[in-house]
Amino acid sequence: MSPNLRIAFRFLTAKKRAMLMSLSCTVLGVGLFIVTQATTSGFEDFFVRTLLGTDGAMRIEDRKQSTLQSMEAAGGSGAHILQREGVKYIEGVEEPQLIKDAVRNFANVRGVSAVLRGNVQVTSPFKTEDAQIFGIKLDEHRLVSELERKITTPGGLGKFLESTSAVLIGRVLADRLQLSVNDSIVINARGESRRYHLAGIYESGSRDIDKTRIYLDLGEARSLLRRPTGATFVQISLHAPNRAREDAAHMEEVLGHSVRPWQEREKEWLSVFRALRVSSAITVTVFTLIASLAMFNTLAMIVLEKTKDIAILRSMGYERRDITQIFLWQAAIVLGIGALLGGLFGAAVTWGVSLVPLPINTLFKTQTFIVSWSVWHYVQAIATAVVMVMVASLVPARRAARLEPGDIVRGTAQ
Amino acid sequence: MSTVVTPASAPRVGDLALRCNALQRYLGQGEGRVHVLKGVSFEARRGQVYAIVGPSGCGKSTLLYLLGLLDQPDGGEIEINGQPMSNRDDFARTAARGAHIGFVFQFHFLMLEFTALENVMMPMRKLGRLTPAAMEARARSLLDSVGLGAKTHRLGTQLSGGEQQRVAVARALANQPSIILADEPTGNLDVKNSALVFDLLTRLAKDNGQAVVLVTHNPEIAQRCDVTRPMRDGLFV
Ligand SMILES: Nc1ncnc2c1ncn2[C@@H]1O[C@H](COP(=O)(O)OP(=O)(O)O)[C@@H](O)[C@H]1O
Ligand SMILES: [Mg+2]
Repeated sequence: MSPNLRIAFRFLTAKKRAMLMSLSCTVLGVGLFIVTQATTSGFEDFFVRTLLGTDGAMRIEDRKQSTLQSMEAAGGSGAHILQREGVKYIEGVEEPQLIKDAVRNFANVRGVSAVLRGNVQVTSPFKTEDAQIFGIKLDEHRLVSELERKITTPGGLGKFLESTSAVLIGRVLADRLQLSVNDSIVINARGESRRYHLAGIYESGSRDIDKTRIYLDLGEARSLLRRPTGATFVQISLHAPNRAREDAAHMEEVLGHSVRPWQEREKEWLSVFRALRVSSAITVTVFTLIASLAMFNTLAMIVLEKTKDIAILRSMGYERRDITQIFLWQAAIVLGIGALLGGLFGAAVTWGVSLVPLPINTLFKTQTFIVSWSVWHYVQAIATAVVMVMVASLVPARRAARLEPGDIVRGTAQ
Repeated sequence: MSTVVTPASAPRVGDLALRCNALQRYLGQGEGRVHVLKGVSFEARRGQVYAIVGPSGCGKSTLLYLLGLLDQPDGGEIEINGQPMSNRDDFARTAARGAHIGFVFQFHFLMLEFTALENVMMPMRKLGRLTPAAMEARARSLLDSVGLGAKTHRLGTQLSGGEQQRVAVARALANQPSIILADEPTGNLDVKNSALVFDLLTRLAKDNGQAVVLVTHNPEIAQRCDVTRPMRDGLFV
């Protein structure tokens, strides 16, 4: 052990009460930081997972048609000067197969699925409701959504694959129509009615989705909606969903269609979560600030009490640097123990919070408080505490180092 | 042509260890500003014991702090082993304190959270010349020689004032400094222990060729020193 560390340790243990005070502040600071991060980002992550699991990382929607004017350039070189007048959007994807093939060339793309959407009315023996049908090819759509995992009725997707008259209905809509698996329903689109049977009920996690969407086979949807070609949109899942913006911009350029990444699609909710994150960051910073003030206080007190010892150390050859180190070591010891205990405390509270019942059934579906477990929360919490506490400790440590031994022994040090 | 490298001549008894010239020191601020040292000159040689005597408040401690490089003069020069020190930076003065000077304070002697042994080892740890085992052995033998061999593991708080003072003397000797400055080192001690401490200091001066400068009120001790310098009102008389 270095002499300075040894001295630091002894100074600290001599002031147990003050030391425990700043230690507990550090533990609380680090712990609450972790808990706040875990809970805030827990809900956000869960929301993002929910929406990526249903609507994919991005969607290719409308075709862009640039209104271009070409003029023969003067000099007759044959070159065209293209002038951009504006962009017109043509609804839907007219050539889904071409788009799908092109999209598959992007390295980040995991799956591509063309979807045909149409407004319908669905009738059960009890009731009629407005709904939307989503025509999908299941083998494609499996790769861009978690539909498979979200089926809550026994048998999963098995029955859906068996026949083209099978449909999947969201939990909310099924409840409204008082339907259970194998019941039959009538779907009415553009004046034409067809009978289907319910192959499964899914819960996407989002109430809005669960009360409107009916999934059925793409071919059947085409026939029902009388749309033999084209798609409403092409849904894409990515290996790295966080790169959706960049990929979307790139695709938009290459494909000439508007491509909406999930960040843009869910802008409103994401900005709510961002605001939540900022506000919790402020709270969390206050915790750490308190920890650093406590450390400042403890060290300032120890400096005051140990001026004579500082004079003795200086008289026998300890440099200003050593004195600074002795006090910074004290902060470091408290931080070290505080980070460890704070991490454990944070993990324990996070775990406790994750058991708290909190049924939510709108934006996403959960029974308990959602927390996210990320080593980054611990790294951030500890790094913040280290920076703030060390900065706060620097002041008393440097003050101690500046003391003149002569002034101390005469009793005129200030 | 061959160069004969001669080792720097080993310090010998009689060499000048400490010299100061025309030291001036003012203390206090504004109205309360006092001219404490009014041009003090002094020399200490290796192997000699010096006593500074004088009435309380005449500036003895102030002078000793200056000689120990714990304070800076307002005028005059200080040399330690031939090196001018009065206008050096803090780093150089700190290094000189660690390597050449052992200081015994008038009050507050020990770091109380540490044992007697740790207190004595403290300067050695900073200097780092010895192995930890050698440091401990040396600290034990120093404590033995001040009569505290049985109390090496007592904390500072568990020692009497006189015992603390003796540990402080042992600590001042830890790095074998060429200069030992002691501000009333026997002030708190009974006759037996002041004789013990004084004998130790004089023996070291003779055996190791150290210069010992002590402030004392004890006329008997002053008499037994090689040189006695009486001081009055900021000047040697
Ligand atoms: N901070 C101070 N301000 C003003 N005068 C001081 C201060 N400290 C000490 N003095 C004065 O300096 C003089 C010398 O003090 P000191 O060296 O401690 O005397 P001694 O050790 O000989 O008893 C005393 O008269 C004392 O009053
Ligand atoms: Mg004095």
